[in-house]
Amino acid sequence: MAMIRNKARHRLVAVSLILPFVAIFALVFAYPVIEVVRMSFTDAPLIGGGEWIGLGNYIRLFSDKLFYTSVVNNGYFVLLTVIPTTVIALAIALAVNRLSGRMQALVLVMFFTPYVLPVSVVTQIWAWMLDFQFGILQPVIEFFTGKPVPVFKNPHWVMPTVATVTIWWTNGFNVLLFLAGLRNIPSELYEAAALDGATRRQLFWRITWPLLWPVTALVLTLQLILQLKIFDQIYLLSEGGPFNSSYVLLLMVYREAFQLNHGGYAAAISLVLFLLIVVISVLQFQILRIGGKGK
Amino acid sequence: MNRQRRVENIALTCITLLAGIIWIFPLYWAFVTSIRSEDRVVSEAAGLFPDEFNISSYVDALFNTSLIDWYINSIGTSLIITLVVLVTGMMCAYALSQMEFPGRRLLYGIVLASFMVPAQALVVPQFVLMNDLGLINRWGGIILPQLVVPVVIIVYKQFFDAVPKEMKEAVVLDGGGDYTLLFRVYLPLNWGITTALGIITFIMSWNAFLWPFLVITTEDMMTIPVGITQVNDAFGVAYARIMSVALLAAAPVVIAYLIFQKKVTEAVMISSGVKG
Repeated sequence: MAMIRNKARHRLVAVSLILPFVAIFALVFAYPVIEVVRMSFTDAPLIGGGEWIGLGNYIRLFSDKLFYTSVVNNGYFVLLTVIPTTVIALAIALAVNRLSGRMQALVLVMFFTPYVLPVSVVTQIWAWMLDFQFGILQPVIEFFTGKPVPVFKNPHWVMPTVATVTIWWTNGFNVLLFLAGLRNIPSELYEAAALDGATRRQLFWRITWPLLWPVTALVLTLQLILQLKIFDQIYLLSEGGPFNSSYVLLLMVYREAFQLNHGGYAAAISLVLFLLIVVISVLQFQILRIGGKGK
Repeated sequence: MNRQRRVENIALTCITLLAGIIWIFPLYWAFVTSIRSEDRVVSEAAGLFPDEFNISSYVDALFNTSLIDWYINSIGTSLIITLVVLVTGMMCAYALSQMEFPGRRLLYGIVLASFMVPAQALVVPQFVLMNDLGLINRWGGIILPQLVVPVVIIVYKQFFDAVPKEMKEAVVLDGGGDYTLLFRVYLPLNWGITTALGIITFIMSWNAFLWPFLVITTEDMMTIPVGITQVNDAFGVAYARIMSVALLAAAPVVIAYLIFQKKVTEAVMISSGVKG
Protein backbone atom coordinates (compact mmCIF):
# COMPACT_ATOMS: atom_id res chain seq x y z
CA MET A 1 0.00 0.00 0.00
CA ALA A 2 2.72 2.43 1.01
CA MET A 3 4.66 1.47 -2.08
CA ILE A 4 1.75 2.22 -4.39
CA ARG A 5 1.28 5.59 -2.71
CA ASN A 6 4.98 6.23 -3.05
CA LYS A 7 4.88 5.42 -6.73
CA ALA A 8 1.93 7.74 -7.28
CA ARG A 9 3.76 10.49 -5.45
CA HIS A 10 6.87 9.90 -7.55
CA ARG A 11 4.81 10.27 -10.72
CA LEU A 12 3.14 13.41 -9.44
CA VAL A 13 6.55 14.97 -8.80
CA ALA A 14 7.71 13.96 -12.28
CA VAL A 15 4.63 15.52 -13.86
CA SER A 16 5.14 18.75 -11.95
CA LEU A 17 8.71 18.88 -13.25
CA ILE A 18 7.85 18.37 -16.89
CA LEU A 19 4.61 20.35 -16.88
CA PRO A 20 6.00 23.90 -17.38
CA PHE A 21 7.96 22.88 -20.45
CA VAL A 22 5.25 20.62 -21.84
CA ALA A 23 2.59 23.33 -21.45
CA ILE A 24 4.67 25.97 -23.25
CA PHE A 25 5.71 23.44 -25.88
CA ALA A 26 2.11 22.40 -26.55
CA LEU A 27 0.92 26.00 -26.88
CA VAL A 28 3.62 27.66 -28.99
CA PHE A 29 5.10 24.68 -30.83
CA ALA A 30 2.91 21.57 -31.12
CA TYR A 31 -0.31 23.50 -31.76
CA PRO A 32 1.30 25.71 -34.47
CA VAL A 33 2.73 22.58 -36.13
CA ILE A 34 -0.81 21.18 -36.43
CA GLU A 35 -2.16 24.58 -37.45
CA VAL A 36 0.37 25.13 -40.23
CA VAL A 37 -0.66 21.81 -41.76
CA ARG A 38 -4.38 22.58 -41.42
CA MET A 39 -4.05 26.14 -42.74
CA SER A 40 -2.16 24.92 -45.78
CA PHE A 41 -5.34 23.18 -46.98
CA THR A 42 -7.49 26.33 -46.65
CA ASP A 43 -7.76 29.70 -48.39
CA ALA A 44 -7.53 31.51 -45.03
CA PRO A 45 -6.24 35.07 -44.90
CA LEU A 46 -3.61 35.77 -42.23
CA ILE A 47 -6.22 36.52 -39.57
CA GLY A 48 -9.62 34.88 -39.74
CA GLY A 49 -11.03 31.54 -40.89
CA GLY A 50 -11.07 30.19 -44.41
CA GLU A 51 -12.65 27.50 -46.56
CA TRP A 52 -11.18 24.03 -47.02
CA ILE A 53 -9.74 23.91 -50.53
CA GLY A 54 -7.92 20.58 -50.41
CA LEU A 55 -4.69 20.61 -52.37
CA GLY A 56 -5.49 23.97 -53.95
CA ASN A 57 -2.56 25.83 -52.41
CA TYR A 58 -0.12 23.12 -53.40
CA ILE A 59 -1.38 22.99 -56.99
CA ARG A 60 -1.04 26.75 -57.17
CA LEU A 61 2.41 26.60 -55.60
CA PHE A 62 3.75 24.07 -58.06
CA SER A 63 2.66 26.22 -60.97
CA ASP A 64 3.97 29.42 -59.40
CA LYS A 65 7.07 30.63 -61.25
CA LEU A 66 8.23 32.59 -58.22
CA PHE A 67 8.31 29.35 -56.21
CA TYR A 68 10.83 27.78 -58.61
CA THR A 69 12.87 31.00 -58.69
CA SER A 70 12.97 30.90 -54.89
CA VAL A 71 13.97 27.23 -54.72
CA VAL A 72 16.78 27.83 -57.22
CA ASN A 73 17.96 30.90 -55.30
CA ASN A 74 17.89 28.96 -52.02
CA GLY A 75 20.04 26.30 -53.65
CA TYR A 76 22.39 28.89 -55.13
CA PHE A 77 22.79 30.53 -51.72
CA VAL A 78 23.59 27.16 -50.12
CA LEU A 79 26.28 26.57 -52.77
CA LEU A 80 27.75 30.01 -52.17
CA THR A 81 27.93 29.63 -48.40
CA VAL A 82 28.09 26.08 -47.02
CA ILE A 83 31.32 24.71 -48.47
CA PRO A 84 33.17 28.07 -48.65
CA THR A 85 32.46 28.84 -44.98
CA THR A 86 33.53 25.34 -43.95
CA VAL A 87 36.84 25.62 -45.81
CA ILE A 88 37.53 29.15 -44.54
CA ALA A 89 36.64 28.22 -40.96
CA LEU A 90 38.91 25.18 -41.06
CA ALA A 91 41.81 27.25 -42.41
CA ILE A 92 41.30 29.89 -39.72
CA ALA A 93 41.00 27.27 -36.97
CA LEU A 94 44.26 25.63 -38.08
CA ALA A 95 45.96 29.02 -38.09
CA VAL A 96 44.57 30.01 -34.68
CA ASN A 97 45.36 26.61 -33.17
CA ARG A 98 49.10 27.10 -33.92
CA LEU A 99 49.18 30.25 -31.82
CA SER A 100 49.24 30.32 -28.05
CA GLY A 101 48.48 32.55 -25.10
CA ARG A 102 47.49 36.17 -25.62
CA MET A 103 48.20 36.07 -29.33
CA GLN A 104 45.71 33.23 -29.78
CA ALA A 105 43.08 35.02 -27.68
CA LEU A 106 43.53 38.24 -29.67
CA VAL A 107 43.25 36.60 -33.08
CA LEU A 108 40.25 34.55 -31.97
CA VAL A 109 38.48 37.74 -30.85
CA MET A 110 39.09 39.24 -34.31
CA PHE A 111 37.47 36.29 -36.04
CA PHE A 112 34.66 35.57 -33.57
CA THR A 113 33.32 39.05 -32.69
CA PRO A 114 31.11 39.41 -35.81
CA TYR A 115 29.15 36.33 -34.68
CA VAL A 116 27.74 38.10 -31.59
CA LEU A 117 26.44 41.07 -33.60
CA PRO A 118 22.72 41.42 -34.35
CA VAL A 119 22.03 40.78 -38.03
CA SER A 120 20.82 44.32 -38.71
CA VAL A 121 24.07 45.76 -37.35
CA VAL A 122 25.95 43.50 -39.77
CA THR A 123 23.85 44.50 -42.76
CA GLN A 124 24.08 48.22 -41.96
CA ILE A 125 27.86 48.11 -41.71
CA TRP A 126 28.15 46.26 -45.03
CA ALA A 127 25.59 48.45 -46.75
CA TRP A 128 27.80 51.40 -45.80
CA MET A 129 31.02 49.71 -46.88
CA LEU A 130 29.46 48.82 -50.23
CA ASP A 131 27.60 52.10 -50.75
CA PHE A 132 27.64 52.88 -54.46
CA GLN A 133 28.91 56.45 -54.02
CA PHE A 134 30.93 56.50 -50.81
CA GLY A 135 31.55 52.86 -49.89
CA ILE A 136 35.14 52.08 -48.97
CA LEU A 137 35.00 48.80 -50.92
CA GLN A 138 33.95 50.45 -54.19
CA PRO A 139 37.56 51.35 -55.14
CA VAL A 140 38.42 47.66 -54.62
CA ILE A 141 35.55 46.60 -56.88
CA GLU A 142 36.56 49.26 -59.38
CA PHE A 143 40.09 47.90 -59.39
CA PHE A 144 38.86 44.47 -60.51
CA THR A 145 35.95 45.38 -62.78
CA GLY A 146 36.87 48.85 -64.03
CA LYS A 147 33.83 50.57 -62.56
CA PRO A 148 31.93 50.78 -59.27
CA VAL A 149 28.99 48.36 -58.94
CA PRO A 150 25.71 48.97 -57.06
CA VAL A 151 26.03 45.43 -55.66
CA PHE A 152 22.57 45.09 -54.13
CA LYS A 153 20.89 46.40 -57.28
CA ASN A 154 22.78 44.13 -59.67
CA PRO A 155 21.27 40.66 -60.29
CA HIS A 156 24.70 39.02 -60.72
CA TRP A 157 26.32 40.55 -57.68
CA VAL A 158 23.53 40.42 -55.15
CA MET A 159 23.66 36.74 -54.07
CA PRO A 160 27.48 36.42 -53.88
CA THR A 161 27.58 39.66 -51.88
CA VAL A 162 24.91 38.53 -49.42
CA ALA A 163 26.78 35.22 -49.15
CA THR A 164 30.03 37.04 -48.35
CA VAL A 165 28.32 39.12 -45.68
CA THR A 166 26.77 35.95 -44.23
CA ILE A 167 30.12 34.15 -44.11
CA TRP A 168 31.75 37.14 -42.43
CA TRP A 169 28.98 37.21 -39.84
CA THR A 170 28.60 33.52 -38.95
CA ASN A 171 32.03 32.05 -39.66
CA GLY A 172 33.31 32.51 -36.08
CA PHE A 173 30.90 29.87 -34.86
CA ASN A 174 32.38 27.28 -37.24
CA VAL A 175 35.90 28.30 -36.28
CA LEU A 176 35.09 27.47 -32.66
CA LEU A 177 33.71 24.04 -33.54
CA PHE A 178 36.85 23.22 -35.53
CA LEU A 179 39.07 24.53 -32.71
CA ALA A 180 37.30 22.25 -30.23
CA GLY A 181 37.80 19.37 -32.66
CA LEU A 182 41.49 20.14 -33.11
CA ARG A 183 42.03 20.30 -29.35
CA ASN A 184 40.52 16.83 -29.01
CA ILE A 185 43.22 15.30 -31.23
CA PRO A 186 45.94 13.88 -28.94
CA SER A 187 49.25 15.70 -29.49
CA GLU A 188 51.21 12.42 -29.14
CA LEU A 189 49.99 11.48 -32.62
CA TYR A 190 51.69 14.54 -34.09
CA GLU A 191 54.83 14.03 -32.05
CA ALA A 192 55.16 10.41 -33.14
CA ALA A 193 54.57 11.32 -36.79
CA ALA A 194 57.04 14.22 -36.60
CA LEU A 195 59.67 11.84 -35.24
CA ASP A 196 59.12 9.73 -38.32
CA GLY A 197 59.87 12.83 -40.39
CA ALA A 198 56.35 13.60 -41.61
CA THR A 199 55.85 16.91 -43.42
CA ARG A 200 53.17 19.47 -42.52
CA ARG A 201 51.08 18.32 -45.45
CA GLN A 202 51.31 14.67 -44.42
CA LEU A 203 50.41 15.57 -40.83
CA PHE A 204 47.29 17.33 -42.08
CA TRP A 205 46.03 14.68 -44.50
CA ARG A 206 47.00 11.61 -42.42
CA ILE A 207 46.06 12.80 -38.93
CA THR A 208 44.13 16.07 -38.75
CA TRP A 209 41.66 15.59 -41.62
CA PRO A 210 40.46 12.04 -40.78
CA LEU A 211 40.24 12.68 -37.03
CA LEU A 212 38.44 15.97 -37.60
CA TRP A 213 35.88 14.44 -39.96
CA PRO A 214 33.01 14.17 -37.40
CA VAL A 215 33.32 17.91 -36.69
CA THR A 216 33.52 18.72 -40.41
CA ALA A 217 30.36 16.70 -40.98
CA LEU A 218 28.65 18.51 -38.10
CA VAL A 219 29.63 21.94 -39.47
CA LEU A 220 28.42 21.03 -42.97
CA THR A 221 25.08 19.78 -41.64
CA LEU A 222 24.46 22.75 -39.33
CA GLN A 223 25.41 25.20 -42.08
CA LEU A 224 23.19 23.53 -44.66
CA ILE A 225 20.14 23.75 -42.39
CA LEU A 226 20.98 27.31 -41.35
CA GLN A 227 21.55 28.63 -44.87
CA LEU A 228 18.37 27.05 -46.24
CA LYS A 229 16.51 29.27 -43.77
CA ILE A 230 18.05 32.47 -45.14
CA PHE A 231 15.78 35.48 -44.66
CA ASP A 232 17.14 38.29 -42.48
CA GLN A 233 20.16 39.35 -44.53
CA ILE A 234 18.30 39.22 -47.84
CA TYR A 235 15.32 41.11 -46.50
CA LEU A 236 17.59 43.80 -45.04
CA LEU A 237 20.03 44.11 -47.95
CA SER A 238 18.07 43.55 -51.15
CA GLU A 239 14.45 42.68 -50.27
CA GLY A 240 14.60 39.85 -52.79
CA GLY A 241 15.54 42.06 -55.72
CA PRO A 242 16.57 43.10 -58.24
CA PHE A 243 14.09 41.29 -60.52
CA ASN A 244 13.61 38.59 -57.85
CA SER A 245 17.25 37.53 -58.27
CA SER A 246 17.59 37.12 -54.49
CA TYR A 247 14.02 35.97 -53.79
CA VAL A 248 14.03 32.98 -51.41
CA LEU A 249 11.38 30.72 -49.86
CA LEU A 250 11.12 32.43 -46.46
CA LEU A 251 10.81 35.79 -48.16
CA MET A 252 7.93 34.30 -50.15
CA VAL A 253 6.29 33.13 -46.88
CA TYR A 254 6.68 36.64 -45.47
CA ARG A 255 5.29 38.39 -48.57
CA GLU A 256 2.33 36.06 -48.96
CA ALA A 257 1.35 36.03 -45.28
CA PHE A 258 2.15 39.50 -44.03
CA GLN A 259 1.89 41.70 -47.11
CA LEU A 260 -0.60 39.94 -49.39
CA ASN A 261 -2.71 38.43 -46.58
CA HIS A 262 -2.63 34.87 -47.97
CA GLY A 263 -2.27 32.87 -44.71
CA GLY A 264 -3.17 29.50 -46.20
CA TYR A 265 -0.85 29.82 -49.15
CA ALA A 266 2.00 30.99 -46.91
CA ALA A 267 1.40 27.98 -44.63
CA ALA A 268 1.75 25.68 -47.64
CA ILE A 269 5.08 27.30 -48.60
CA SER A 270 6.30 26.99 -44.98
CA LEU A 271 5.46 23.32 -44.97
CA VAL A 272 7.28 22.71 -48.26
CA LEU A 273 10.33 24.55 -46.88
CA PHE A 274 10.19 22.41 -43.73
CA LEU A 275 9.99 19.16 -45.71
CA LEU A 276 12.81 20.33 -47.97
CA ILE A 277 15.03 20.96 -44.94
CA VAL A 278 14.23 17.57 -43.39
CA VAL A 279 14.80 15.63 -46.62
CA ILE A 280 18.02 17.42 -47.54
CA SER A 281 19.51 17.20 -44.06
CA VAL A 282 18.70 13.48 -43.74
CA LEU A 283 20.21 12.88 -47.19
CA GLN A 284 23.31 14.88 -46.36
CA PHE A 285 23.69 13.13 -43.03
CA GLN A 286 23.66 9.75 -44.80
CA ILE A 287 26.15 10.86 -47.45
CA LEU A 288 28.51 12.30 -44.84
CA ARG A 289 28.29 9.11 -42.78
CA ILE A 290 29.28 7.05 -45.80
CA GLY A 291 32.02 9.58 -46.52
CA GLY A 292 33.25 9.14 -42.95
CA LYS A 293 33.27 5.32 -43.21
CA GLY A 294 35.39 5.42 -46.34
CA LYS A 295 38.21 6.92 -44.31
CA MET B 1 65.86 22.79 -41.54
CA ASN B 2 65.22 24.11 -38.07
CA ARG B 3 65.83 27.64 -39.16
CA GLN B 4 63.57 27.26 -42.15
CA ARG B 5 60.79 26.05 -39.85
CA ARG B 6 61.21 29.09 -37.64
CA VAL B 7 60.97 31.50 -40.57
CA GLU B 8 57.92 29.63 -41.77
CA ASN B 9 56.33 29.90 -38.34
CA ILE B 10 56.87 33.64 -38.11
CA ALA B 11 55.50 34.13 -41.62
CA LEU B 12 52.41 32.06 -40.79
CA THR B 13 51.79 34.07 -37.63
CA CYS B 14 52.06 37.33 -39.57
CA ILE B 15 49.63 36.11 -42.22
CA THR B 16 47.16 34.99 -39.54
CA LEU B 17 47.36 38.34 -37.79
CA LEU B 18 46.89 40.20 -41.08
CA ALA B 19 43.86 38.05 -41.95
CA GLY B 20 42.44 38.82 -38.49
CA ILE B 21 42.90 42.55 -39.02
CA ILE B 22 41.16 42.37 -42.41
CA TRP B 23 38.35 40.32 -40.83
CA ILE B 24 37.69 42.87 -38.08
CA PHE B 25 38.13 45.85 -40.44
CA PRO B 26 34.37 46.41 -41.06
CA LEU B 27 33.86 47.00 -37.32
CA TYR B 28 36.84 49.33 -37.19
CA TRP B 29 35.53 51.21 -40.19
CA ALA B 30 32.08 51.52 -38.62
CA PHE B 31 33.74 53.06 -35.58
CA VAL B 32 35.87 55.50 -37.60
CA THR B 33 32.76 56.56 -39.53
CA SER B 34 30.72 57.01 -36.37
CA ILE B 35 33.11 59.58 -34.85
CA ARG B 36 33.20 61.76 -37.97
CA SER B 37 30.83 64.52 -38.94
CA GLU B 38 28.41 63.70 -41.77
CA ASP B 39 30.29 66.03 -44.11
CA ARG B 40 33.61 64.45 -43.33
CA VAL B 41 32.22 60.93 -43.88
CA VAL B 42 31.44 61.62 -47.53
CA SER B 43 34.38 63.92 -48.25
CA GLU B 44 37.15 62.89 -50.64
CA ALA B 45 39.80 63.82 -48.08
CA ALA B 46 38.68 61.32 -45.42
CA GLY B 47 41.35 58.67 -44.93
CA LEU B 48 41.50 55.26 -43.30
CA PHE B 49 42.46 56.56 -39.88
CA PRO B 50 40.42 58.47 -37.30
CA ASP B 51 40.99 62.16 -37.96
CA GLU B 52 38.11 63.62 -36.00
CA PHE B 53 36.49 62.94 -32.69
CA ASN B 54 32.94 64.05 -33.11
CA ILE B 55 30.38 62.41 -30.85
CA SER B 56 27.42 64.43 -32.07
CA SER B 57 26.02 61.48 -34.00
CA TYR B 58 26.06 59.38 -30.81
CA VAL B 59 24.21 62.11 -28.96
CA ASP B 60 21.75 62.24 -31.85
CA ALA B 61 21.32 58.48 -31.79
CA LEU B 62 20.63 58.40 -28.06
CA PHE B 63 18.23 61.33 -27.91
CA ASN B 64 16.54 61.51 -31.31
CA THR B 65 15.69 57.83 -31.73
CA SER B 66 13.85 55.37 -29.49
CA LEU B 67 17.12 53.56 -28.80
CA ILE B 68 16.58 53.64 -25.02
CA ASP B 69 13.16 51.98 -25.42
CA TRP B 70 14.70 49.33 -27.68
CA TYR B 71 17.41 48.62 -25.09
CA ILE B 72 14.81 48.17 -22.37
CA ASN B 73 12.70 45.87 -24.57
CA SER B 74 15.71 43.80 -25.62
CA ILE B 75 17.15 43.45 -22.13
CA GLY B 76 13.77 42.69 -20.57
CA THR B 77 12.63 40.10 -23.09
CA SER B 78 16.04 38.42 -23.42
CA LEU B 79 16.43 38.09 -19.64
CA ILE B 80 12.95 36.62 -19.21
CA ILE B 81 13.47 34.22 -22.13
CA THR B 82 16.83 33.05 -20.75
CA LEU B 83 15.48 32.54 -17.23
CA VAL B 84 12.35 30.63 -18.30
CA VAL B 85 14.22 28.50 -20.84
CA LEU B 86 16.82 27.49 -18.25
CA VAL B 87 14.38 26.72 -15.41
CA THR B 88 11.81 24.82 -17.48
CA GLY B 89 14.61 23.07 -19.36
CA MET B 90 16.49 21.86 -16.29
CA MET B 91 13.30 20.65 -14.59
CA CYS B 92 12.19 18.71 -17.63
CA ALA B 93 15.69 17.33 -18.22
CA TYR B 94 15.95 16.18 -14.60
CA ALA B 95 12.69 14.26 -14.85
CA LEU B 96 13.78 12.72 -18.15
CA SER B 97 17.17 11.77 -16.75
CA GLN B 98 16.44 10.63 -13.18
CA MET B 99 12.77 9.66 -12.88
CA GLU B 100 10.46 6.95 -14.08
CA PHE B 101 7.08 7.93 -15.46
CA PRO B 102 4.83 6.78 -18.29
CA GLY B 103 5.56 8.57 -21.57
CA ARG B 104 9.17 9.38 -20.67
CA ARG B 105 10.62 7.92 -23.85
CA LEU B 106 7.89 9.51 -25.94
CA LEU B 107 8.57 12.93 -24.44
CA TYR B 108 12.29 12.67 -25.08
CA GLY B 109 11.58 11.53 -28.64
CA ILE B 110 9.38 14.60 -29.18
CA VAL B 111 12.09 16.88 -27.78
CA LEU B 112 14.66 15.37 -30.15
CA ALA B 113 12.28 15.54 -33.12
CA SER B 114 11.37 19.18 -32.46
CA PHE B 115 15.05 19.94 -32.89
CA MET B 116 14.47 19.23 -36.60
CA VAL B 117 11.55 21.64 -37.04
CA PRO B 118 12.75 25.08 -38.17
CA ALA B 119 11.01 27.72 -36.04
CA GLN B 120 10.75 29.90 -39.15
CA ALA B 121 8.29 27.45 -40.69
CA LEU B 122 5.86 28.15 -37.83
CA VAL B 123 5.69 31.95 -37.97
CA VAL B 124 2.30 32.06 -39.69
CA PRO B 125 0.31 30.00 -37.14
CA GLN B 126 2.34 31.51 -34.28
CA PHE B 127 1.36 34.98 -35.42
CA VAL B 128 -2.30 33.96 -35.57
CA LEU B 129 -1.99 32.48 -32.06
CA MET B 130 -0.39 35.63 -30.64
CA ASN B 131 -3.14 37.67 -32.26
CA ASP B 132 -5.80 35.46 -30.63
CA LEU B 133 -4.06 35.90 -27.28
CA GLY B 134 -3.89 39.68 -27.77
CA LEU B 135 -0.08 39.65 -27.57
CA ILE B 136 0.79 41.51 -30.78
CA ASN B 137 3.01 44.48 -29.89
CA ARG B 138 3.60 43.17 -26.38
CA TRP B 139 6.57 41.63 -24.59
CA GLY B 140 4.56 38.43 -24.17
CA GLY B 141 4.29 38.16 -27.95
CA ILE B 142 8.04 38.52 -28.39
CA ILE B 143 8.82 36.08 -25.57
CA LEU B 144 6.40 33.14 -25.87
CA PRO B 145 7.48 31.55 -29.19
CA GLN B 146 11.14 31.86 -28.19
CA LEU B 147 10.68 29.74 -25.06
CA VAL B 148 11.05 26.38 -26.79
CA VAL B 149 14.78 25.60 -27.03
CA PRO B 150 15.06 21.78 -27.18
CA VAL B 151 18.86 21.82 -27.20
CA VAL B 152 18.85 23.08 -23.60
CA ILE B 153 16.99 19.95 -22.47
CA ILE B 154 19.22 17.68 -24.53
CA VAL B 155 22.43 19.15 -23.07
CA TYR B 156 21.12 19.23 -19.48
CA LYS B 157 19.97 15.62 -19.76
CA GLN B 158 23.41 14.50 -20.95
CA PHE B 159 25.08 16.19 -17.99
CA PHE B 160 22.51 14.93 -15.46
CA ASP B 161 22.94 11.38 -16.80
CA ALA B 162 26.65 11.62 -16.01
CA VAL B 163 26.21 12.54 -12.32
CA PRO B 164 27.35 9.55 -10.17
CA LYS B 165 24.51 7.67 -8.45
CA GLU B 166 26.24 7.83 -5.04
CA MET B 167 25.60 11.58 -4.85
CA LYS B 168 21.91 10.83 -5.13
CA GLU B 169 21.77 8.06 -2.52
CA ALA B 170 23.18 10.24 0.26
CA VAL B 171 20.42 12.82 -0.19
CA VAL B 172 17.69 10.19 -0.51
CA LEU B 173 18.83 8.56 2.78
CA ASP B 174 18.46 11.96 4.46
CA GLY B 175 14.85 11.99 3.25
CA GLY B 176 15.36 14.54 0.46
CA GLY B 177 12.91 14.50 -2.46
CA ASP B 178 13.51 15.09 -6.14
CA TYR B 179 13.21 18.89 -5.90
CA THR B 180 15.92 18.90 -3.22
CA LEU B 181 18.05 16.65 -5.43
CA LEU B 182 17.63 18.90 -8.47
CA PHE B 183 18.27 22.22 -6.78
CA ARG B 184 20.79 21.12 -4.12
CA VAL B 185 22.79 18.48 -6.00
CA TYR B 186 22.30 18.29 -9.76
CA LEU B 187 22.11 22.02 -10.38
CA PRO B 188 25.14 23.09 -8.24
CA LEU B 189 27.19 20.28 -9.80
CA ASN B 190 26.43 21.72 -13.23
CA TRP B 191 26.76 25.48 -12.76
CA GLY B 192 29.24 25.57 -15.64
CA ILE B 193 26.71 24.15 -18.05
CA THR B 194 24.00 26.50 -16.74
CA THR B 195 26.11 29.58 -17.43
CA ALA B 196 27.09 28.22 -20.84
CA LEU B 197 23.47 27.55 -21.85
CA GLY B 198 22.41 30.87 -20.35
CA ILE B 199 24.94 32.81 -22.41
CA ILE B 200 23.96 31.07 -25.64
CA THR B 201 20.23 31.54 -25.03
CA PHE B 202 20.72 35.20 -24.17
CA ILE B 203 22.79 35.94 -27.29
CA MET B 204 20.26 34.08 -29.45
CA SER B 205 17.27 35.98 -28.10
CA TRP B 206 19.10 39.33 -28.07
CA ASN B 207 19.92 38.87 -31.76
CA ALA B 208 16.59 37.35 -32.85
CA PHE B 209 15.29 39.25 -35.85
CA LEU B 210 12.50 37.56 -37.84
CA TRP B 211 10.03 36.87 -35.02
CA PRO B 212 10.26 40.23 -33.16
CA PHE B 213 10.11 41.92 -36.57
CA LEU B 214 6.79 40.18 -37.33
CA VAL B 215 5.10 40.51 -33.95
CA ILE B 216 6.01 44.17 -33.25
CA THR B 217 4.76 47.02 -35.41
CA THR B 218 4.94 50.04 -33.11
CA GLU B 219 8.33 51.71 -32.77
CA ASP B 220 8.44 51.98 -28.98
CA MET B 221 7.90 48.21 -28.54
CA MET B 222 10.69 47.09 -30.91
CA THR B 223 13.80 45.25 -29.83
CA ILE B 224 17.29 46.50 -30.74
CA PRO B 225 17.83 44.45 -33.95
CA VAL B 226 14.42 45.47 -35.35
CA GLY B 227 14.45 49.04 -34.10
CA ILE B 228 17.74 50.09 -35.64
CA THR B 229 16.43 49.27 -39.13
CA GLN B 230 14.02 52.18 -38.64
CA VAL B 231 16.90 54.65 -38.37
CA ASN B 232 17.62 54.47 -42.12
CA ASP B 233 14.12 55.58 -42.94
CA ALA B 234 14.17 58.34 -40.37
CA PHE B 235 17.55 59.82 -41.27
CA GLY B 236 17.91 59.11 -44.96
CA VAL B 237 21.53 58.62 -45.93
CA ALA B 238 23.38 59.77 -42.83
CA TYR B 239 26.06 57.19 -42.33
CA ALA B 240 27.74 58.62 -39.25
CA ARG B 241 24.45 58.43 -37.39
CA ILE B 242 23.56 55.02 -38.80
CA MET B 243 26.95 53.65 -37.71
CA SER B 244 26.63 55.23 -34.26
CA VAL B 245 23.26 53.59 -33.76
CA ALA B 246 24.59 50.26 -35.06
CA LEU B 247 27.56 50.35 -32.69
CA LEU B 248 25.44 51.37 -29.71
CA ALA B 249 23.12 48.49 -30.57
CA ALA B 250 26.01 46.03 -30.75
CA ALA B 251 27.86 47.36 -27.68
CA PRO B 252 26.14 45.30 -24.93
CA VAL B 253 26.75 41.91 -26.57
CA VAL B 254 30.24 42.79 -27.76
CA ILE B 255 31.29 44.06 -24.32
CA ALA B 256 29.72 41.03 -22.64
CA TYR B 257 31.60 38.78 -25.06
CA LEU B 258 34.93 40.54 -24.45
CA ILE B 259 34.51 40.20 -20.68
CA PHE B 260 33.36 36.57 -20.74
CA GLN B 261 35.40 35.45 -23.78
CA LYS B 262 36.38 32.07 -22.36
CA LYS B 263 32.86 31.33 -21.15
CA VAL B 264 31.28 32.26 -24.48
CA THR B 265 33.75 30.15 -26.44
CA GLU B 266 33.15 27.21 -24.14
CA ALA B 267 29.38 27.75 -24.32
CA VAL B 268 29.37 27.50 -28.13
CA MET B 269 31.47 24.34 -28.02
CA ILE B 270 29.34 22.62 -25.35
CA SER B 271 25.93 23.50 -26.79
CA SER B 272 26.88 22.15 -30.20
CA GLY B 273 28.11 18.91 -28.69
CA VAL B 274 31.77 19.03 -29.77
CA LYS B 275 32.98 19.35 -26.19
CA GLY B 276 31.68 17.55 -23.11
